[in-house]
Amino acid sequence: MKQKYLPLTATILIFLLSYALCVAQYPNMLSTRVIGNLLTDNAFLGIAAVGMTFVILSGGIDLSVGAVIAFTGVFLAVVLEQTSIHPLAAFALVLAITTLFGALMGAIIHHLEMPAFIVTLAGMFLARGMAFVLSIDSIPIKHPFYATLKSLYFKLPGGGRITLIGGLMLLVFAVGILVAHRTRFGTNVYALGGGTATAKLMGVPVAGTTIRIYALSGLLAGLSGIVFSLYTSAGYSLAAVGVELDAITAVVIGGTLLTGGSGFVAGTLVGIFIQGLIQTYITFDGTLSSWWTKILIGLLLFAFILLQKGIIRLSRPERQHA
Amino acid sequence: MQTNSDNILSAVRIEKGFPGTKALDKVDFHLRRGEVHALLGENGAGKSTLIKCLTGAYRRDGGSILLDGAEVDPRDTFDAQRLGIGTVYQEVNLLPNLTVAENLFLGRQPRRFGMVDTRTMNRKARELLAEYELDLDVTRDLASYSVAIQQVVAIARAVDLSGKVLILDEPTASLDAHEVAMLFRIVRRLKARGLGIIFITHFLEQVYEISDRITVLRNGQLVGTRETSDLNRRDLIAMMIGRELAAEIHSARTETAEGRMRYRFRNYGRRGRINPFDLDVRAGEVVGIAGLLGSGRTETAEVLFGAHRADSGSAEIDGQTVDLSSPRAAIRHKFGFCPEDRKTAGIVGDLSVRENIVLALQARRGWTRPLSRAEQNRLADQYIRALDIRTADREKPIKLLSGGNQQKAILARWLATEPEFLILDEPTRGIDVGAHAEIVRLIESLREKGLSLIVISSEIEELVAYSSRVVVLRDRSHVAELGGDRITAHQIVEAIAAANEREAS
Repeated sequence: MKQKYLPLTATILIFLLSYALCVAQYPNMLSTRVIGNLLTDNAFLGIAAVGMTFVILSGGIDLSVGAVIAFTGVFLAVVLEQTSIHPLAAFALVLAITTLFGALMGAIIHHLEMPAFIVTLAGMFLARGMAFVLSIDSIPIKHPFYATLKSLYFKLPGGGRITLIGGLMLLVFAVGILVAHRTRFGTNVYALGGGTATAKLMGVPVAGTTIRIYALSGLLAGLSGIVFSLYTSAGYSLAAVGVELDAITAVVIGGTLLTGGSGFVAGTLVGIFIQGLIQTYITFDGTLSSWWTKILIGLLLFAFILLQKGIIRLSRPERQHA
Repeated sequence: MQTNSDNILSAVRIEKGFPGTKALDKVDFHLRRGEVHALLGENGAGKSTLIKCLTGAYRRDGGSILLDGAEVDPRDTFDAQRLGIGTVYQEVNLLPNLTVAENLFLGRQPRRFGMVDTRTMNRKARELLAEYELDLDVTRDLASYSVAIQQVVAIARAVDLSGKVLILDEPTASLDAHEVAMLFRIVRRLKARGLGIIFITHFLEQVYEISDRITVLRNGQLVGTRETSDLNRRDLIAMMIGRELAAEIHSARTETAEGRMRYRFRNYGRRGRINPFDLDVRAGEVVGIAGLLGSGRTETAEVLFGAHRADSGSAEIDGQTVDLSSPRAAIRHKFGFCPEDRKTAGIVGDLSVRENIVLALQARRGWTRPLSRAEQNRLADQYIRALDIRTADREKPIKLLSGGNQQKAILARWLATEPEFLILDEPTRGIDVGAHAEIVRLIESLREKGLSLIVISSEIEELVAYSSRVVVLRDRSHVAELGGDRITAHQIVEAIAAANEREAS
């Protein structure tokens, strides 16, 4: 088997194994209801994680995601409360803003040669601050169109539902997989992760690709914010704190190398499922503190970092000798 | 003659300067269609600068470049590639995390309905590599193949993109004999197709095996272009090192080293870096190390200093076996090492002159016993005065100093630790003539104080001036040791050349 599939395979095996363990203890977990809820509850995180996957594949990081989600929620709540704009128009507007925001961060990272960590950290404070400027309160969204959207779902056999937002996440993943593996842009993203200097020598448009990567992450963070506002029916500037870290976790557990250049968008989906599964298990158990989610995720993350280190070391010997 | 239509690439009177130095001084270079042209010269001779001017990586200050008789002006490497000049570097410039096919077609993947047509791309990649006698699984990551294969993939990409001129910059440095043979088969085939190929290497045997003509650069100037068949090794080495064989007279050295034998290395070496060697060094003696680039000079120094741990042999100081397995251990035994590349291995550019000088001493004391500021100032001032380091004050960032003064500051750093065994790797590289003489004087005064010194230098005359013995290296082995009257520039060049000829026969 090719080495690059190893982390992804490990992720899938861990997911199947832990799901089997869960089902052995709580047979009810093997139902389409659980799966449907898994999709719905993690939709916003999954969409943001697709953007994060591209960023990390290129060797970067985007810390602004959670703040952008909060900003999007507050922006929608305020706009829908104070104006008569249709939600769809508001969606388009906010997506344009977040995409531009991401593109701007990408441009700064490339042209000022700043580390993505610092630039997106600044972006995080900026977006969170803008959310506070719009409103410091939690504003409910009562627009009838929201109720319409929330009532849309696809019924699965066994009583489970794939809601609009759950389906949207799957769609985003499908498109993400296609873009990553079947477009020149996708290859360029991997190329940047393999080495910016080399990629440039080989004729990859480094500036354009970097800007597009962060624009894509901004777009998907905005979309994630829309989904989050549908999920919670509110906009609150303190919402979604640390979501960027959950997204990074999903990406890494999904087998993507944190230093970039290697990994799969599909792996991130499994990473999301694993996180969701642990949460669901704790809900089923009912006695465990929800902090156990964090502890297990933390351990899992460590295990994956070790696995990746091991694989890198295994694949190096011939090249180190040169 | 310069517009000879046989020439696929002509560079005329190329000039390039960097602050403080003239890297290329009106250099002419002509490449014929269907020839392999070796570009030779020691480090700093201007080979890479010339290549970078040809490929647009540097903007030249003057001169013109003619490709197929038409004047061209590549703006960057990508532009040069489009014009027809492709380059393959020693460090393979491909992306190890992409598949072989993606590497070959990056930026020009065949598409269908806007999506990359992976199947067509893989088929084309296989067809392309078949021309190079390679049958690979092109869907695997490039990293899963050996450096030699990666090298060929890089050549295939460069030729496919460019197709007129192929520049090979030390492509064989990390290949074994079998792989070199494979590479040369491919080079000959490309030559037969009419490509002009520029070949840069340090391996003279390979130059004679593959090249049709040789151009030698030295100190940014053209020494000459010759037919390979008309140029014997000795003349070639003389062209590269730039010493007329005859006229050298050894500055009569009366005092032979009388100090007691202090350092004794037996069968000392590290596999893959430097073959085991024996070396004795007395107190108050300078042992010079000579050899062409890549012969194992720096590797010898690094093994002695523990920067790369020796995996064979033993080291003794005053009859006591000692452990020199790390720089820390070596420093404990009062070793010092000024590395060759000041910029990357020596100075810490943003720190002040004072901080750079006290660095090694502080490291030896450990961070629990910091040097007081007054102590640091005293040391810095003392050495700035003693070595005549020209700086406005001791707090100036060292990167603002000239090369010679940086070099002296690094020397000061090690002298501050009061070493007894000092290794200097190319102490006079890239510094101006005045500073040069000062460093040579300094080396002599250190020897008079009773230090044992190992000095590596490409400047043969310099070695002659201060060495009491000279060790000659070739191909990562110590092949000769000259002492006493035998230390002349003539003898040293002979020893290097003889060693090379032995290899050839």
